[in-house]
Amino acid sequence: MKPFEYIRPATVAEAVAAAAQPGAAYLAAGTNLLDLMKGGVSRPDRLVDVTHLDGLDAIETLADGSLRIGALVSNADLAHDPAFAKSYPAVAEALLSGASAQLRNAATVGGNLLQRTRCAYFYDTASRCNKREAGSGCDASEGENRTHAVLGWSENCIATHPSDFCVPLVALDAMVEIEGRGGHREIALDELHRLPGDTPARESVLEPGDLIVAVRLPPAAHAFAAHARYLKVRERTSYAFAVVSAAAALRIENGKIAEARLALGGVAAKPWRARAAEDVLRGVAPAADVFQEAARRALTDAKPSGDNAFKIELARRIVVRALTLAAAGTPARMPALPASPFASTTGAIHA
Amino acid sequence: MNHSISLTVNGARRDFVLDDPRVTLLDLLRERLHLTGTKKGCDRGQCGACTILVDGKRINSCLALAISHDGADILTIEGVARGDQLHPVQAAFIAHDGFQCGFCTPGQIMSAIGMMQEAQAGNDPERIRECMSGNLCRCGAYAGIVDAVLDAQGQMDQSNQRRSA
Repeated sequence: MKPFEYIRPATVAEAVAAAAQPGAAYLAAGTNLLDLMKGGVSRPDRLVDVTHLDGLDAIETLADGSLRIGALVSNADLAHDPAFAKSYPAVAEALLSGASAQLRNAATVGGNLLQRTRCAYFYDTASRCNKREAGSGCDASEGENRTHAVLGWSENCIATHPSDFCVPLVALDAMVEIEGRGGHREIALDELHRLPGDTPARESVLEPGDLIVAVRLPPAAHAFAAHARYLKVRERTSYAFAVVSAAAALRIENGKIAEARLALGGVAAKPWRARAAEDVLRGVAPAADVFQEAARRALTDAKPSGDNAFKIELARRIVVRALTLAAAGTPARMPALPASPFASTTGAIHA
Repeated sequence: MNHSISLTVNGARRDFVLDDPRVTLLDLLRERLHLTGTKKGCDRGQCGACTILVDGKRINSCLALAISHDGADILTIEGVARGDQLHPVQAAFIAHDGFQCGFCTPGQIMSAIGMMQEAQAGNDPERIRECMSGNLCRCGAYAGIVDAVLDAQGQMDQSNQRRSA
């Protein structure tokens, strides 16, 4: 690991000033960053430790009914908060389907949003990677790429964003609160991550010094609590990243879908909101044929980036099944195997 | 630049001067305190052999910078027995053959203790397997590990019932 200067700021303003310097990076739990630093993938000159800052670890309901989650709340504390899991069950299920219990105890909300891709060529410093070293090339494009992107990729980068948490969050219109050199601002989570285009090294819209201080779910987000699921296909049932995942949330009134939310994970460099699919579900009764049409629309623009054409059909089926499970209703208790298609309590067998 | 930190390790306060901020909790425990029960397996947060409790919660000590955990309360495998009396999870691992080579065992036991405190799995073997998935065992002693955790969980439940009766 390259040597670095360690700074522990006392205030958010001090943190922003220290992290705005070239070569600086924020340290929260470090579950992703330290791994990257040990491998020489990330080589910061300065770490700005935000874990001792006050006021960033609260889960609070605001006066307008929105929920504000501090950036330092751990993945586990959020998922196991009974009120949170009841109001936003798909988010809790997504959190519990990610990583291991040890990692969830440490990993933070803000860090989860900013975790790096798990593309093996990004991790291997002997490989060419436009994300790690701009302009060097992309060895994934001719390499082992069966788990790579099928939406929003470019010739320069076919990596995916690995977060489970972000998938239901983006479906529920989550907002991200940021403190930066220009003061406080907020953006939609859907606008945080960038597609690779010609500049895959620029993964988000954050500027030097920008610190995510909270994620906020708007008041409308808990209206989906009765019909919300996260479904994740992975190479093994636990402790693995998504090959494809989907968050589906429905607001059902008088037997019809008043409003639908759908997002996909493991398919692109960002959590992929499928608005065209949501539109086709509005005002209709939940049924297999409309779910299939929604799935078709969600993947209209998909194309393989390598040996991964199977992911497009897999994603369609995951969408149908996630919608089917959501329509059947949120289970009273978190499934023993969160988000697993093999879970014994999920109900639907096949899409 | 030197950094001073203090930790509580297995109940005792320990002060350290770090001349390099790169030291992980794992390396601090092993190299500075010679508490080598906590194992370095993958050193990348994938195997769970380095699991310890920090402020009561199980984490991978290989992915935690010591300097960032200034003031933390740490429990390692060396701190779970009371003298010669094994922790119920330790005794259950012996009773159920929850190990073969033993390398992953301290991490398995710390993880199981942390899991019981989280109270998410109860006595459901499927939930236990899911909640213990962050601890790999290359010998494949998983069946014995799950049996040991179930047994220990049952003993703790009984002891809690007696206490509340």
